[in-house]
Amino acid sequence: MWRYGRPALVVLLAGLAVGVPLWLVLVTSAKPQAEAIEPNLDPPAHWQPGANYEDAVAQGEMLRGLLNSLLVVVPSVVLVLILGAGAAWVFARRKSRLVSAAYALCISGLLLPPAVITIVMELRQLGLAGTRPGMIAVYTGMYLSTSIFFMTGFIRAIPMELEEAARIDGAKPLRIFARIVLPLLRPVIATATIMVMLYAWSDIFYAFFVLGGGDRATLPLNLYKVASAQLYLNNWHLVFAYVVVMSLPMVAVFLVGQRKIVSGITSGAVK
Amino acid sequence: MADTVVRSARKQAPAPGAPKGVGRLPRAAVHHPWWFALPAIVVFAGFFLVPNLLNFYYPFTNWSSYHPDIAFTGLDNFTTIADDGTLVRAIRTTLLYALLAAVFQNAFGLVLALLLEDDTRFNRFFRAVFFLPVLISALATGYVFQALLDQDGAVNSTLGTDIPWLGSTTWTLVIVTLVHGWKWMGLSMLIYLAGLKGIPGDMLEAARMDGAGPWRTFWSVRWPMLAPALTFNVTTALIGSMNTFDIVQATTGGGPAASTEVFNIYMFRIFGQGLYAQASAMSLVLFLIVVAVAIPLVIGLRRREQLL
Repeated sequence: MWRYGRPALVVLLAGLAVGVPLWLVLVTSAKPQAEAIEPNLDPPAHWQPGANYEDAVAQGEMLRGLLNSLLVVVPSVVLVLILGAGAAWVFARRKSRLVSAAYALCISGLLLPPAVITIVMELRQLGLAGTRPGMIAVYTGMYLSTSIFFMTGFIRAIPMELEEAARIDGAKPLRIFARIVLPLLRPVIATATIMVMLYAWSDIFYAFFVLGGGDRATLPLNLYKVASAQLYLNNWHLVFAYVVVMSLPMVAVFLVGQRKIVSGITSGAVK
Repeated sequence: MADTVVRSARKQAPAPGAPKGVGRLPRAAVHHPWWFALPAIVVFAGFFLVPNLLNFYYPFTNWSSYHPDIAFTGLDNFTTIADDGTLVRAIRTTLLYALLAAVFQNAFGLVLALLLEDDTRFNRFFRAVFFLPVLISALATGYVFQALLDQDGAVNSTLGTDIPWLGSTTWTLVIVTLVHGWKWMGLSMLIYLAGLKGIPGDMLEAARMDGAGPWRTFWSVRWPMLAPALTFNVTTALIGSMNTFDIVQATTGGGPAASTEVFNIYMFRIFGQGLYAQASAMSLVLFLIVVAVAIPLVIGLRRREQLL
């Protein structure tokens, strides 16, 4: 009974919980405005996905948003990974009170909320308010904790003998780090990449405070603008065209790295 | 060559009055020098810790877009938000939101993990399906559910009802936390799956030999063994959802009648009005509440894990 009941239940749940919202997004993004005013699950009477996506690109300034998003997310991810790996290596291998205190402080960001209002103040004083370097610094500071936490746990499980063998061959720390530690970190790097990318790619809260809505607005900020205009324009068809385009990169990244991502997330969490 | 250097360094380290140079430093400092950690520490301190420290000062000033100079004003900002009732309301709303969101996210995740536990191709496919919401931005999730739950949205038009899902001052908060649970259930599911996989097979075997049914096996063996996964999931869900913003902003914007106005929604609104110090005061309260919740939570859950 349960042998057939379980898959049937899974399919039903997936259809209701994920299928319905997904269907709504896809059909609405292909409807003309008049049909999309009151969103429903009917298939479009008139299909016009092309026109909607073109409109979203033109009115929603999608290409600029995409470029802006890439220009802050990619450097943030790279910095989080490189700086995080260096710190995690020291934290995992050295044992002293000072090291454990520094480690505890550095992963405190996992729980503590970033003080977003005073970040704005600090960035103004540094002349970084409303700039991409400012945004990158904020994302890097915020997500370093995640990568340090995952990577430190991972490095502790790597046998020290591997490093010692290289050291006997005369390798200096930088060489050992680059040639031995970093390559071994590949699975956890995949995890940290997707986590940080996911957070930074979707973020609107911190981007709103740091970047505001100007020329440097990222994709989520643009989506927010498009959807806020909603009140008097009723443009669900554009909102959902935007949602599809914004989600595709993350879905693609996930599909490419799926196996590593899943194993990385789970091994870091349950240890 | 290098070998002998390392060895002699090791030997000389404890010796007093050893010659200057590499030999005098402890081994760890040579092999894993601090400067590898320094850039991360500097960035983290500069853009995370310092703002959090500043957040203990600016709430006590009149910093806003209306004053050219920042002056110390004491507790004014706190008395303002306490007197107009927003402080208590925001605390209540945020804690309730966090609690409900954590419950829903974990319940959905655990049920999915139990349903999709076996490693078949069918299950792997549906795990990915249920993970999809995690990949979609919270803001987009919010808009999808706004379109579904609006009074003239898709749910009402499909069911033929006319329920104001997002218009109730009592129930809308619950509905928004359900959406939050929906968005993150895939992540909880993965972590519970890993926890289930970590249970040794002979333990389950032994339970079956002792005549335990699936229900008994779950409560006596599997559930206790899921403790580390539960710890991680509950902590991250509870703390993470106190910092929520996007889903609430996109579905209700804090309404109706401010019944879903969590801390970050308030900060967003008040900052937009130029009242920076007042927003910062709310941010300090959020910080203190997260600390107050997180510390006993982490300690308690760790202890529970060690009991096993």
